[in-house]
Amino acid sequence: MRIFTASGDWEQRRRRSLMLGLLPALIVLAAVTVAPGIYLIATSLTPLNLTMPHTLWDFSHPHANYLDLITDDPRFMKSVWIQTKLSMATVILQLMMGLGIALLLNGQSRMRLIARAGLLLPMVLPPIVVGILWRVMFTVDVSPFHHFMRWIGLPVGSLLTNPATALWAIVAVETWEWFPFTMLMTLAALQMIPSAPIEAARIDGARDRQIFWYITLPYIRQTLVVAGLFRLIDSIKAFPLIFVLTDGGPGDVTEVTNYYAYRQAFTFSLWGYGSAIATLMVAGIFLLSWLIDRMTGSMHAEAN
Amino acid sequence: MQKPTDVPRQAATQGQAFQPGWIARNRHRIGDVVTFALLVLILFPFFWLLQMSFRPNADIFGDALLFRPTLDHYRALWTGNFPQSFVNSVMTSGISTALALVLGVPAAYALSRGRFRGSRRIALWILATRMAPPIAFTIPFFLAYQQLELLDTTVGLVIVYLTFSLALVIWMMQPFFDSVPRELEEAAWIDGCGVWRTFRNVTLPLAAPGVAATAVICFILSWNDFFYALVLTRTKASTAPVAIVNFIQYTGWEWGRIAAAGTLVMLPVVVFSILVRNYLVYGLTAGGTKE
Repeated sequence: MRIFTASGDWEQRRRRSLMLGLLPALIVLAAVTVAPGIYLIATSLTPLNLTMPHTLWDFSHPHANYLDLITDDPRFMKSVWIQTKLSMATVILQLMMGLGIALLLNGQSRMRLIARAGLLLPMVLPPIVVGILWRVMFTVDVSPFHHFMRWIGLPVGSLLTNPATALWAIVAVETWEWFPFTMLMTLAALQMIPSAPIEAARIDGARDRQIFWYITLPYIRQTLVVAGLFRLIDSIKAFPLIFVLTDGGPGDVTEVTNYYAYRQAFTFSLWGYGSAIATLMVAGIFLLSWLIDRMTGSMHAEAN
Repeated sequence: MQKPTDVPRQAATQGQAFQPGWIARNRHRIGDVVTFALLVLILFPFFWLLQMSFRPNADIFGDALLFRPTLDHYRALWTGNFPQSFVNSVMTSGISTALALVLGVPAAYALSRGRFRGSRRIALWILATRMAPPIAFTIPFFLAYQQLELLDTTVGLVIVYLTFSLALVIWMMQPFFDSVPRELEEAAWIDGCGVWRTFRNVTLPLAAPGVAATAVICFILSWNDFFYALVLTRTKASTAPVAIVNFIQYTGWEWGRIAAAGTLVMLPVVVFSILVRNYLVYGLTAGGTKE
């Protein structure tokens, strides 16, 4: 009996000292994430403009920014549409490219292991360097691609300054930068597939294509969905590429929502308005995160 | 175990005779060649920037692979503001990584060992900070830093980097601690060690490779940051990625020097990625997979 209370006492002390180790991190994390979050929502309810000091903490029309955004700002609506196009196109292309290359690399050979490591490079490079790499590739005088096209008699004009192609050039680079993520996740999923059903199907005479559609794909479907949602969320944050490659232009054809919020706040000093856009983005992203959590949760349940 | 070279022969005996013999026999070699070609093709822009950084200015747009390499562009960088920004980058990333480890490693251990009521909520919160767009943090940080006079300071940038590095450390370290057997700790407790002394003497040394990998990935993420540094620094504390952009805005696109600067900025990342390649995958997909 005495031993029991002693160990219970000890258990409580242990919990308390573990809590002491957790607390500093939680306090700092709250200070750097929750506090700015509250500040952001507060400024989004004011017409804050740093050139007009009286606009600080002016809560007389708390909904004004949001009302403007939704009813009276075609440029915002356009940025959402550009964002949607960019996100959809890059997510689909990244999934296709990631899946294709993962299938190619899903074997045991030295070359494949080297390629698996080497192909991580695009996603670990500093985004600003990725922007510079592709600025070189897209600048007509400098680019070996443009030299080559001219040499074979099919000269191509600048893709970044042409409003019809600028967004698609960004899509190509964004896909290049982030396909390793979908590739990694797909490779991990492919390695979890048990070999028995594939061998059984092969003995029954199934072709490679049938094995892919009826065995491989159902096994990795959930992973593809989750990887796609993760990429979808991160694509909303695209900034350095657009900054280096097009600066939102030509005109505003590559001005995604994130870039528009940046301009409203940091170029035009409309902090209240910029905050409202950022708040809406956070809301949208949390909605998507909630979806991911539901899906990984259900995947977990399915596995058990 | 079956050697890879045995596979084509076996496939042939299984009656896949519809494949021309040469392809069937060399299937693996063809796979390797295709893989290699793909690797070179995809990484081509990377190699192109590398060679450009050594190409003399007179021939900077040239395509010929034979040229006399020069270090002129690197030398030109050495005389400008670039070395200072490089030092700033090292300082900012280093300090923020160290801070994140000091705060995050014990927190990850506590979450791994203690059964707290709010554990799941804390995990969700950490995931949420990974998801939130940087613009949502930059606006309040910029406004607050104006009041606090932290704009264009290394301290200011270090604090902002904690928004993502602290969450990453907690997220990445927890599974490393989960995998350290509790029996080892219990032995130390019986000998009278307190919780944190046991942690320092028993658990932490066992999880050391995890700490190292986490530190490197944390450093890479801070090093790679462009957006926060662009908004929150001007000249004094600007990091290397921002220095490149400032430099482009002043002197225009001087390709050789930009290629050299880009190469220098990506060099530490490439070296570190090779060092921790086995853990890299895990850190990069952090949050993407649940246990």
